[in-house]
Amino acid sequence: MIEVRNLTVERGGKPILSGYEFSLEAGGILAVLGANGVGKTTLINTLIGVLKPRQGTVQVKGKVGFVPQLFEVPFAYSCLDIALMGRARHLGLFGSPGKKDFEIVRHYFRMLGIESLETHAFNALSGGQRQLVMIAQALVSECELLVLDEPCAALDYKNQDKVLKLLHQLQTEHGLTIIFSTHMPQHAVEIATDVLLMTSGTHFMRGKTVDVLTSENLSTLYDLPIARANFDGLPKHTFAPVFRQQEVRNDGRSD
Amino acid sequence: MSKSLAEAPFPGHEKRGTWRRLATVSVLPVLLILLVLAILYSVTIGRYNLSVHEVALILIDNIQPVAQPSWEPVEAVVVEQVRLPRIIAAVIIGFGLSISGASLQGLFRNPLVDPGIIGVTSGAGFGGTLAILLGMQGYTKLSTAFLFGLCSIFLVKFLSTVRGRTSMLTLVLAGVVISAFFSAAISIAKLLADPFQKLPAITYWLMGSIASTSYSDVLLIAVAVVPASIAIYLLRFQINLMSLGEEKARALGTRVVLVQWIILLASALISAGVVATSGIIGWVGLVIPHVARAIVGADHKRLLPVSGIIGAIYLLMVDNLSRTLTTSEIPLGIITALVGVPVFAIILRRLHTVGGWSSD
Repeated sequence: MIEVRNLTVERGGKPILSGYEFSLEAGGILAVLGANGVGKTTLINTLIGVLKPRQGTVQVKGKVGFVPQLFEVPFAYSCLDIALMGRARHLGLFGSPGKKDFEIVRHYFRMLGIESLETHAFNALSGGQRQLVMIAQALVSECELLVLDEPCAALDYKNQDKVLKLLHQLQTEHGLTIIFSTHMPQHAVEIATDVLLMTSGTHFMRGKTVDVLTSENLSTLYDLPIARANFDGLPKHTFAPVFRQQEVRNDGRSD
Repeated sequence: MSKSLAEAPFPGHEKRGTWRRLATVSVLPVLLILLVLAILYSVTIGRYNLSVHEVALILIDNIQPVAQPSWEPVEAVVVEQVRLPRIIAAVIIGFGLSISGASLQGLFRNPLVDPGIIGVTSGAGFGGTLAILLGMQGYTKLSTAFLFGLCSIFLVKFLSTVRGRTSMLTLVLAGVVISAFFSAAISIAKLLADPFQKLPAITYWLMGSIASTSYSDVLLIAVAVVPASIAIYLLRFQINLMSLGEEKARALGTRVVLVQWIILLASALISAGVVATSGIIGWVGLVIPHVARAIVGADHKRLLPVSGIIGAIYLLMVDNLSRTLTTSEIPLGIITALVGVPVFAIILRRLHTVGGWSSD
């Protein structure tokens, strides 16, 4: 579905990423993890074609839909207005959405269970609702690859769960290929088939989630001990940071 | 996906939605009727007080001569040669400035923008001043105003874009800087002007007035405003996309640079057309889109025409005030500024409370 070869991206003349290589098969979910400022958003902007690579290639088979990080719009657009914008590629420079476009948007609103939000002002929604509207905006473009920039950031656990469940459903039931960035290894454990760990602009680890998402690799990535933890009575695991604050406090107590 | 992923809607929302929909459907015809009424009313008022009936007969007389005219010949001249061209000019100018303001606000995702704020008006104003100084008239004056309006847009865009991004604050500040520059240039031109002939002409013209508009002036304004407004309306959906921000618009498939330039060129053309015939009429493009947005929402498909028509009615009413309030004319631009400045202040305060500056 997507193949990235020897990718170098610059911003303002400074190289942000160089030598990046990875690929994702159709129907897979790729989680992108990395510290703040390592270039996750830059990578995503390159994948969706907003940034042009300085060197190397990004080959995508099929149409790409994009869900940006949570944001507010300066004017009081309704959710319907916002979702209709996803039809842009089908409409041309002077076009405006018609009946068919409305129908497509309504179809996806029903699918996501947000048809009641149609006339709501986008800015008045909660973060979780806004995220669903933005996912609808990406889906109405009839994309085959869905790229999301930190879809769960600024959401509470319940809404994180909703978004993850939805992404999983889109993959299994609708055959979408998905790439998303996140700060929570747990998100990758839950739904990702593949992971890309961005250690720096030049160093990265990639592969199947089971192989690459290990406590050693995560510890290197965040420069912090990360432990694998099992849930009581559940056949699942997660990764939790061992914050160093703890060590200091323990030392203090033992004194 | 049977289970709803959304939370319960806000209470009382459905009702508001229905009202909004009703208002949206009926707003354009209602406004058009209001505009026609405003035009009819405007023809009747002035030093010669005429009834709507008389005005209608005077106009019909042109097509089919009325048997026994009940009006003085001078009244016919007042209606046809003085009031009508001026009224048409007010309508086109109000329409053009508002549609241009609405499109610029969407394009720069900035509710504080209009042709005046981003420096186009003063650029075109300098072009017009230069034209008067050099004795240019008509289309050469229009072209000069257009050229300098365009210059100011280039400069503002260049100053306010840092690493491909234009923030709300830098855009407004760049507009202030470029306006200041062209104001200084206008002052220099005034210094050089002949103090008995051209200086008073420039000074009065800069205040913004459509007092002595002729049909050839109307044609000149229309040549600039009509094609530019059509171009802006054609891009209604692209302006929606642009108002999400350049990167998001690009990700959705907008040809960002092309759309920006068409809107900027169209706005420069509208400003030049207005300035070349009527001087500087500010603030209309800032105020009216906010009124329109409150009525029909943010979608530019409806916002653009509704802004245009409200702007036309507004400027017509302001012009009526300017010619009837006192025995001598008050230049139009003074009244629009007196209304516009407090509205700008209110919007600024509201933006401040919701943290509008920091969002990009």
